[in-house]
Order: sequence, then C-alpha cells, then structure tokens
Amino acid sequence: MTREEAMQLKGKDLIAYRTARLFQDGDVVNLGIGMPTKCLDYLPDGVDVWVDSENGVVGLTGAPAEGEWTDPNVVDAGGKVSKLRVGGACFDSFRSFGFIRGGHIDCTVLGAYEVDAEGNLANWMIPGKTAAGMGGAMDLVTGSKITVVMTTQTDKAGNPKIVQKTEMPLTGYHCIDYIVTEMGCFAVTPEGLKLWEVAPGVTPEEVQAKTGAKLIIPENVGSMIKDY
Amino acid sequence: MAKSKVTTVEEAIAKYCHDGMSVLLPGFVNVGVSEVLIEGLIAAGIKDISVISNNTSVPHRGIGKLVDAGVIKAITCSHIGNNAVTVQKVVDGEINLTFVPQGSLCEKVRAGGAGIGGVLTPTGLYTPMMDGKQVVEWDEEAGKFKFLEGEIVPDASKKRFILELPLHADVCFVHAWKADKMGNVVYRRTSRNFNEAFATAGDHVIVEAEQIVEIGELDPDEIMTPGFVVDAVVQGRALTEA
Repeated sequence: MTREEAMQLKGKDLIAYRTARLFQDGDVVNLGIGMPTKCLDYLPDGVDVWVDSENGVVGLTGAPAEGEWTDPNVVDAGGKVSKLRVGGACFDSFRSFGFIRGGHIDCTVLGAYEVDAEGNLANWMIPGKTAAGMGGAMDLVTGSKITVVMTTQTDKAGNPKIVQKTEMPLTGYHCIDYIVTEMGCFAVTPEGLKLWEVAPGVTPEEVQAKTGAKLIIPENVGSMIKDY
Repeated sequence: MAKSKVTTVEEAIAKYCHDGMSVLLPGFVNVGVSEVLIEGLIAAGIKDISVISNNTSVPHRGIGKLVDAGVIKAITCSHIGNNAVTVQKVVDGEINLTFVPQGSLCEKVRAGGAGIGGVLTPTGLYTPMMDGKQVVEWDEEAGKFKFLEGEIVPDASKKRFILELPLHADVCFVHAWKADKMGNVVYRRTSRNFNEAFATAGDHVIVEAEQIVEIGELDPDEIMTPGFVVDAVVQGRALTEA
C-alpha cells in the first residue's frame, strides 16, 4: 500500500494499518476477535507474523474461501474454522497459556471498554450486566511482551474510551503499552499517557478534547501515516 | 497382556456417572467436545451435575445440549459468550456460575491431576478474579513469600501472585481423534485443547474416540495421553463442522 493510499484510510482501517506497524518480521502475535484480526489485512511489506490462538495453535491464516475444505478441527479463538499454514503447530491448552504467561508472545492486540492513562484495561465486564467471561484475556495481558489496545476514540454516545483512571472492573493492571485509535497513537509511559502520533488532518488539541486523560503532548507529534 | 477397555456409551455412563457428580468437559467452543458421551449422559437421566469446562459450546451443540437439558447445577469456566441459553440460565439463577481465567483454569486442573497443592499466577491480580483468593508477595530480603492480609492496594513494583487451588472431578469425558483399545490417545489439531490436562484430573476417565484402533497401532511417541489414566473407551464420531 502506498503512502497516498494509506492517507485515505479511515476509522477501523486506519487503526488496523497503524497497529500492524507495531509488528516486527517474525513476531508471534495474538489478535483478539473482531477489529484486531483486521491488522492482517494491513501488514507492511516484508513483515510476516505468526498468529497465535489461545486454544493451542500458532500459524492460523484465517477463514477458508467459500467452498474450500479445511479441517474442522482447526479453529481460532472464536471457535471459527481457520486455515493453518505450513510450519504451524498445535499444542494443548496448558502449554498454550504457559507460552502466553511466560512471555513467549511478542504482541497481543485487543479491544477495550475503557483503558486508562496508567495502562489499566477494562474489557470484560460491565457492572450490573452478566459478563460473557474473560476467556484468555487476563492471561494474555499479563504475559505478552507488548500489549496494544485498538479502539475507537469514543464510544457510540461520544464518551472517551481513554480515561485518567478507570473505575470499571479490570482485565489487567498496568498492562497496556500502546493505544491506537482513529485519531492518534498513544504510549503509556511512567510520566503519563503520551500522544505519539496523530491521524492525517487531526490536531493534538482535537485529540485531547476527546480523551478523558491529560495527555503529554511533545513539541513535534508524528503522523500515524509515514514511511515505516 | 493388555486388556481392551472398549465398551458401550450406556455401560460406561452406568458404571461411572451418577446424579450430583462433578465432571470435567474439555473442548473449545465445538471442537474437542465429547458430544456422544454428553448425549449418553442426558439419555441416562443423570442430573444436578457440576461442570468444569472452558465454555459451553454454542446453543444446542456439545456442552450446550447439557445446558438445554437443564441438568447442570453449577459450572466453572472462563467464557459463556458463545451460548445465549447458558447466559439466560445464569441470569435466571438456574446455573451457579464461577468464572476462572482460561490459563488459570488449565493450571488448576493440571495441578489437580498432578498432585500439586496449588499454583501461583500473576493472572487476575487487581481484577475481580482476586476476590476471595489468597495473594502472596515475594519478599526479596527475607527470601520467601508472605501472604497478604486485608485490603490489597495495587502496586506494580511488588512481585505478587494469586494462589489458585487445584481442581479435580469425579469423571472426565475425553474426545480423542484416535484411541487404541487400552485407551492410549492421540488428539487432532486444536481439538486437543483442554483434553490433555483434563484427562489427568478425573477419578474416572472415559474416552470417546473418532477412531478406535488395535493395541500396538499407535507409535509410543505419538501418544499424548497414556492409557493407564483411562477407564473406558467408546466409539465417538468425527467432527464435520466446527
């Protein structure tokens, strides 16, 4: 994808494009169900990643084409059938989580109900509602080398998803390294939440206005679209 | 002389299953679930069971059939989101639900099957999964762990772990791709999931195998669960759709 094409990306496509540029060639990545899997559509040239799935497999490559047979015993973390690339491997669940907690996964990408300036993540339980369950999320955020949240800047009601300190039940404490939204890219630092890059046409002030946490804004904030 | 453990679903259920039992049900959504044994359990009218599983499949399939039958009184799992029937029964108070993070669930069962008194994990610290559990902190100077008492204030600089206690059950239903007649098992692809760990933590283990082969046909190096932990082998069926 050329820089000019990338400049036209909006919303979830822009978020996926930028998030995919956090991956290094050869990384083992665990991508949450939904938006995170979109990163695979935007991998930079020369970057090949190995997709880990918590149910005990590495090397998933996504759904088969219409009418194409694949083994129904190969599924992703959502239980959906997936193809498995040459070189892929299957293992049991307790070793899968050993790899996850033990720091063998290079990058985990997942969504959020809320994420805060300290890197605390809430993405599994809304008080007063019956939760679907955390599945493997609490283990993933505990052990991955890098953990990234992909989210829209605000929820449907317009409330910021990035807050100073979340009051929601946590998935993980101090576990998030980067946050990518359609407005910007943020890094959790010991000093606070730093605005690292902004989307084309967006000013740091506009990002701050839609963020519920005080941002550290460097003099020269980068662009989410650049030559990587 | 190696003896065959092959039997019928009806006989295996009659011999090892009873009302009020706890049962380990491996499987991830619809894959690696012992659906033939689950159907046998329902046909035998076994009720008031406590289930340990990762999730409850999708509605009307796999573990979802037990949910439909209304025979589950309690479930310990990491996720119920794929099955709206389960969610409704939990909301209605018909099923008593306990969530455990997926990795902790594996380790609890592994510990239960391996004679280990518990495991220390960072997973779930400062989340609702810490409630009611013991938390330990590594004291570098003293060179030992100490148990924390009272309110625990989050502190990223401290090396803390939740103590997860072992889980064990009366029975485990294992889904094998291939099993020989004495119960040596090979799993296929991601249907392996929880089967390997769970097979160690049931007082009695019943294997349903897609293919039952003769003793000696499996190479010793390919066997993932050795037959000595297995009590019975029944004919299963292959998964045609995930």
